Amino acid sequence: MEFFEKLMSIDRRVIFFFVGVALIVPFFLDIGQKIEISPEVQALYDAFMELPPGSKVLMTFDYDPPSAPELQPQAITALRLCFDRNLKVIMIGLWPMGPMQANLALGTIFSEKKYLDKEPVYGVDYVNLGYSPGNELVIQRMGSSIPATFPRDFQGTPVEEIPLMQGIVNFSNIDFVFNLSAGYPGTVEWVQFAVDRFHARMGAANTAVQAPLVYPYVHAGQLTGLSGGMKGAAEFEKLTGFIGKGTKFMLSQSFAHVIVILFIIIGNTAYFVTRGREKRS
Amino acid sequence: MDSFFSHTLAAILTIGIISFLYKDNPLYKFCESLFIGVSAGYWFVQQYYANLLPKLFDNLGITRMLGAENVPEGALQKLFLHGEWSEDLLYLIAGILGVMMLLRLVSRIGWISRWPMAFIVGSISGLYFITYFQSNAMRQMQNTILPLNSFNNLVLIVGTVTGIIYFYFSKEHKGLFGAAARVGVYFLMVTFGASFGYTVMSRMSLLIGRVDFLFGTWLGLVK
Repeated sequence: MEFFEKLMSIDRRVIFFFVGVALIVPFFLDIGQKIEISPEVQALYDAFMELPPGSKVLMTFDYDPPSAPELQPQAITALRLCFDRNLKVIMIGLWPMGPMQANLALGTIFSEKKYLDKEPVYGVDYVNLGYSPGNELVIQRMGSSIPATFPRDFQGTPVEEIPLMQGIVNFSNIDFVFNLSAGYPGTVEWVQFAVDRFHARMGAANTAVQAPLVYPYVHAGQLTGLSGGMKGAAEFEKLTGFIGKGTKFMLSQSFAHVIVILFIIIGNTAYFVTRGREKRS
Repeated sequence: MDSFFSHTLAAILTIGIISFLYKDNPLYKFCESLFIGVSAGYWFVQQYYANLLPKLFDNLGITRMLGAENVPEGALQKLFLHGEWSEDLLYLIAGILGVMMLLRLVSRIGWISRWPMAFIVGSISGLYFITYFQSNAMRQMQNTILPLNSFNNLVLIVGTVTGIIYFYFSKEHKGLFGAAARVGVYFLMVTFGASFGYTVMSRMSLLIGRVDFLFGTWLGLVK
């Protein structure tokens, strides 16, 4: 009994220690993990695959470095998929750091051997239009005019001088919107304005903490697909065949989850045993 | 060398913040204060260069008036020099509203800031009324009207109906009504549990990101 009472007053630092060990050790292990594909991620992948070459994809980077472990692998995978399928990518951000995350993702991709010989051309195959303040009102304005909302790209070049932007007026000239979101403004606002008001076709990648709020949009058909958190990143990587950090990090994630579940079981067991003893006495 | 220095600095700051898990300490306090200061500074500069400068000063022509020649003529130059109307002049109204908002800092005439506030509240609530009603109410209700031909549909309908019953407080939760409300509570608990599980996953991901930085990017122990 004394053992369970001790468990009830266990120092929180002991739990932190075990969680830390569970996160760090898998980094040094070479163990494969089976990743099951969920229908939502499969639908997202299918939406990309259905786009004919030359289609215009609007990728919105609505996150910043703290959310990068979950969303950066998904951004890299989506960009690779677009470049390999010859889809034209227009990148924007409703978060100030978003366009810089886009450039980091491009840097990762272009450092690979595959792209050293045949790097996609800026302004023709892809463009980064930068950040625009105004949250959901930016989306609202894009419904009228994308060039008016983003008159210059990230480097300050007027959009009229960018070949990829020729003929793009509003969402009717965009074949698919892919939103990477870590909060507000993010997927909820894109669904409300771009999808429900301007009838854009859209898929999303979200941080895990936000994913439960967004799942109803998938089942209502407002989103074509959804990739939630690191698990979604690993699934997306498996489907595309580009194994990256999403897959690598999943082992640490799983180990940490096992530890958390074990502590929940231990804590509850200790609670019920000590409570039973209190009742009897 | 530069990247090693910046990575080492970032690693020290990361360790400083994580050290709070052991106990509060001066290094943590320093890192926390530094983060808040840098964030506020970054936010201010970002808002100036992304918002005030291009949208207000450039569009109105104030930057050109102050001597910047690489900026095209703004709305004020077009109006006074060429007699042309430009819709960019509307930014003047936004600028005036912005100044009115700042008058909140002057206690004697602080009441003026209520007008731009009223403008913001009125316009945003009008905008949100439509979007939320359309996206979060109508489309979701439409999606709940389903045939009872599968287990998933059954769970969805029972969960929605009993959840709504739980939040109906005009009738006492007794008898069959009370039982339905109780089922609604179980559905809510499952929802909260799923949400909590996702939150745990998200927070672990943040820590994994920092561990990857410390052992991979900084120390180079992980490829």
